[in-house]
Amino acid sequence: MITKEDVEHIGWLARIEISEPEKAEYMEKLNSVLDSFEQLDEVETKAVPPTYHVLELYNVWREDEPLESLPQAEVLANTEHKQEGAFRVPRIG
Amino acid sequence: MAAKWMSVAEVKQQILESSAEELTANYLETINKSKINGYITVSDKALEQAKKIDIEGLKGPLAGVPIAIKDNISVKGLPNSCGSKMLKNYIPPFNAHVIEKLLEAGAVILGKTNMDEFAMGSSTESSYFGPTLNPWDLERVPGGSSGGSAAVVAAGEAPFALGSDTGGSVRCPAAFCGVVGLKPTYGAVSRYGAVAYANSLEQIGPLANNVSDIAVLMDVIAGPDARDSTSAPNAKPEYQAALKADIKGLRIGVPKEYFGEGINPGVEKAVWAAIQRCEELGAFWEEVSMPHTKYALASYYIIAMSEASSNLARFDGTRYGFRAEGETWHSLISKTRAEGFGAEVKRRILLGTYALSAGYHDKYYLKALKVRSLVKQDFEKALGKVDVLMAPTMPNPAFKLGERLEDPLSLYLSDVNTVPINLAGVPSLSLPCGFTAGLPVGLQIIGKPFEEPTLLQTAYTFEQNTDYHNKRPPEVV
Repeated sequence: MITKEDVEHIGWLARIEISEPEKAEYMEKLNSVLDSFEQLDEVETKAVPPTYHVLELYNVWREDEPLESLPQAEVLANTEHKQEGAFRVPRIG
Repeated sequence: MAAKWMSVAEVKQQILESSAEELTANYLETINKSKINGYITVSDKALEQAKKIDIEGLKGPLAGVPIAIKDNISVKGLPNSCGSKMLKNYIPPFNAHVIEKLLEAGAVILGKTNMDEFAMGSSTESSYFGPTLNPWDLERVPGGSSGGSAAVVAAGEAPFALGSDTGGSVRCPAAFCGVVGLKPTYGAVSRYGAVAYANSLEQIGPLANNVSDIAVLMDVIAGPDARDSTSAPNAKPEYQAALKADIKGLRIGVPKEYFGEGINPGVEKAVWAAIQRCEELGAFWEEVSMPHTKYALASYYIIAMSEASSNLARFDGTRYGFRAEGETWHSLISKTRAEGFGAEVKRRILLGTYALSAGYHDKYYLKALKVRSLVKQDFEKALGKVDVLMAPTMPNPAFKLGERLEDPLSLYLSDVNTVPINLAGVPSLSLPCGFTAGLPVGLQIIGKPFEEPTLLQTAYTFEQNTDYHNKRPPEVV
């Protein structure tokens, strides 16, 4: 059961600002979905390993050789907030 | 002749008789008159691209053939909005692997198609750009999340299209719009350049008016790619070589759990009639049981939401896309994400964050991954006895716009027959197999990993012996 405090906490973890009226709505909708997830408790899984993905691929590496990168101008082309070849953001804190 | 509902072979013939430029112009004219809101962006470079292909002398297996691309697959120089305010002005500086392959083959990109925001949905109603309408009934949804891609193919606004399928997003709209759609085996097609939603589940897949054109597209887009670390190193089959009209001796399994409570009687009838038609054509069918099917939906949603909460963390307004005003680093990011994402995307990110958070990881996420193993084992057992499985793609035909918008759970429930396939990573194709109350019904054919050729041969044989793929939606004729 998700409480109002939980909604505030996961909103902070996910960096999504949630207004006061939205908190009640999220509590209702998120709890109804979480209730449906409880169904998995019926399944016995003690001896079952997890499947993260289905392919039997491990440690897919390539040779450690530098490849061409995108030009700086193209990387910065999708923002107006730039300065001296870098992204401009507000101060942290 | 209007450029509508041509197969790729017919398109190529038409190009030889006129030109790639004229053919592309015909499609653009059809798109201009569209009533269905299938495209978010129509390419302003399509005619120029076609003209260049004419001048260069029609090189490549798809020389001059137009295609529509879902708006979460990067095409250099065209917006890639993912149906979201967050990325509405984002223009990728690079091509996805599949786009590189299509351009090498000579294809012309007509535009980018509408979708549920970040591919989260089964109706295309969560798009920031408004819903796409179903060409068979303009008051109904086209399915989703690749609703734009399926609808433009059904409406004759593109000969074929690419979509992506995380939990049914190619097959659901294919079924609702009466076209063919394939979710390839996990790893068969590179995901490089496709915007990630739940990357352990999703694949890029083709949608077309007939089975042959699906094979044509797979021959171009499939195969290994070093830039996707989950791209399978397997040798790539020749998909078009599988187009043989013969299913004598084919063993079909019919999983009883896929005909569960709440299935629409018209859908059930059409799917059983299709299975019987296959029997008349020389196949054998038997009932099989996949006991963990009922747990697949919860397992799928927990995994998809958890992966989404991580994947979508990159959208913070600092480097590209929408940016809100904010005094500090944290407030800028939190406001950007509050205003840039729609309601369903935020719900899934919040639930995924919760499922991965301290104290809940084992109860939700780890549990879902273990149940995933059991669902996968169901497929291994069933497909150990038979060659393919057949079931309804969707338990119901296309529903009315707005009908399921307010209740996320009712929308999730409609994915009950498609999500188990993504958990197991097996290939699955949706094929038009009849109608109920004037709406198309999709037959889902599921196969063993990397055995797409068996699916294509089965679907092709059914298609050659039926006429459903030649039916056109009355609303847009």
